[in-house]
Amino acid sequence: MLSVQNLSVSFTMYDVGLTQKQLSVITDLDIEINSGEVVAVVGSSGSGKSLLAHAILGILPHNAQISGQIIFQGEALIPERQAKLRGKQIALIPQSVSYLDPLMRVGSQVHRAGRLSGLPNTKASQVVDWVFDRYSLAPSVKQQYPFQISGGMARRVLVATAAVGHAELIIADEPTPGLHPDVVVETLKHLRELADDGKGVMLITHDLEAALQVADKVAVFYAGTTLEIAAALDFTSGNLRHPYTQALWRSLPQNEFIPVPGSQPSPEALPVGCLFGDRCSLATEACREARPQVRIVRDAPVRCIHVES
Amino acid sequence: MLKAEHLSFRHHSQQRWILQDFSLELAKGEVVGLTGPSGLGKTTIGKLLAGYLQPTQGKITCNGQPLPSSSYCPVQMIFQNPELAVNPRWRISKILAEGQPPSDDLLAALGIHQSWLNRYPHELSGGELQRIAVARSLNSHTRYLIADEMTAMLDANTQALIWQVVIKYAKEHEVGILAISHEAPLLKRLCNRTIDLSTLIYQIR
Repeated sequence: MLSVQNLSVSFTMYDVGLTQKQLSVITDLDIEINSGEVVAVVGSSGSGKSLLAHAILGILPHNAQISGQIIFQGEALIPERQAKLRGKQIALIPQSVSYLDPLMRVGSQVHRAGRLSGLPNTKASQVVDWVFDRYSLAPSVKQQYPFQISGGMARRVLVATAAVGHAELIIADEPTPGLHPDVVVETLKHLRELADDGKGVMLITHDLEAALQVADKVAVFYAGTTLEIAAALDFTSGNLRHPYTQALWRSLPQNEFIPVPGSQPSPEALPVGCLFGDRCSLATEACREARPQVRIVRDAPVRCIHVES
Repeated sequence: MLKAEHLSFRHHSQQRWILQDFSLELAKGEVVGLTGPSGLGKTTIGKLLAGYLQPTQGKITCNGQPLPSSSYCPVQMIFQNPELAVNPRWRISKILAEGQPPSDDLLAALGIHQSWLNRYPHELSGGELQRIAVARSLNSHTRYLIADEMTAMLDANTQALIWQVVIKYAKEHEVGILAISHEAPLLKRLCNRTIDLSTLIYQIR
């Protein structure tokens, strides 16, 4: 359904005075999402997760340059097509409850999302009733304002705004941080249901554990590129390929809780070689000389020259 | 010993109680977890213990003394969102010097680059900035640390890195820690004991 190939995004910024510099924030990124699939995008802050979402929706700021290809349902996603499709074929579940309009009743907001996605007025009202029922929101909630509903309910309203239209691809940007585990499980369950209905879901999160609960595949981001795209089962079955993915898995508190020292390189000082090279225990001279190309190892793409099949 | 006795709190006498009759003893060098669903007053407890709020009823003592009202508080709190806990107009070096300038060893252990020190908070990522907030709090005047969802915004690797440094420092300097979190596996990994606010309130009732 969605295929991103060789995507690079850079920003033009002013350095000193009138000299400009290029800051490359996404480099050579590939990802693919099919209908019926939840693909989690996992990475630390600053790894380019949200920028990918913005690139797909075509809402990057003006000083951004994009190269590479984004293909949606067989056709290239060019700016005009993005403007036509976003909110209709491609929907976003935003990061925070503060994206709801504080001065508008929640029922009207979901209804408006339905209208914007192309439903006629009466049909939209019917669908609003249906989604409220589907997400266990009482009909009286429609009359309430965002400040009157709990955090968990507001989450469901946000999911409802995405589910009300005919969107084929749903991008959920960090939908769960700081929420109680029960609310997290519920939100993730709703995303899974959307995928089971035949939609494609991209789940952007830093929470690996949450991602593994619902995702089919996990794309591991690091400093603006995908280091590995593994099946969710690969984590628990010890079938991980890239040293960073393995380290991420080991660092969970329920596993070994051992971190890799150091930090992600900043976009201003990206190394010539492997982006993870300065923190990797397997790194050799060859890693420092050139960026590793994507290889298919044990049926999954990975950027590391050391993984063996 | 950080001691909270029968704390109750509400913003105004007309409003409902946010916290009622909560007591806690935190010994030096001890790591205690605090968990429970949203809205039961976990963050309020943290703010009371760190002196950001005054309890409506009850009292808090640190090594037998009440919390100071004007000088450096021996109980320091680290928040979930570091960008809201630093002055956006200050460079990192000035933010770090707010308490007692941290040692180079501590900066190195937290993976803080020298090049970050000349930047402003918005030029660092959330994980990088949280390391700064931690480095600022870990100094010899700090006897107790309240970590309120300190790593909830961060990836697993950064979470483990920050906690390993904090726990090591706390052991060496006998700092007591109250870790507030929703994450059961994390608290199980870190804490000597965990207080579940939902069962506690249930027991009182």
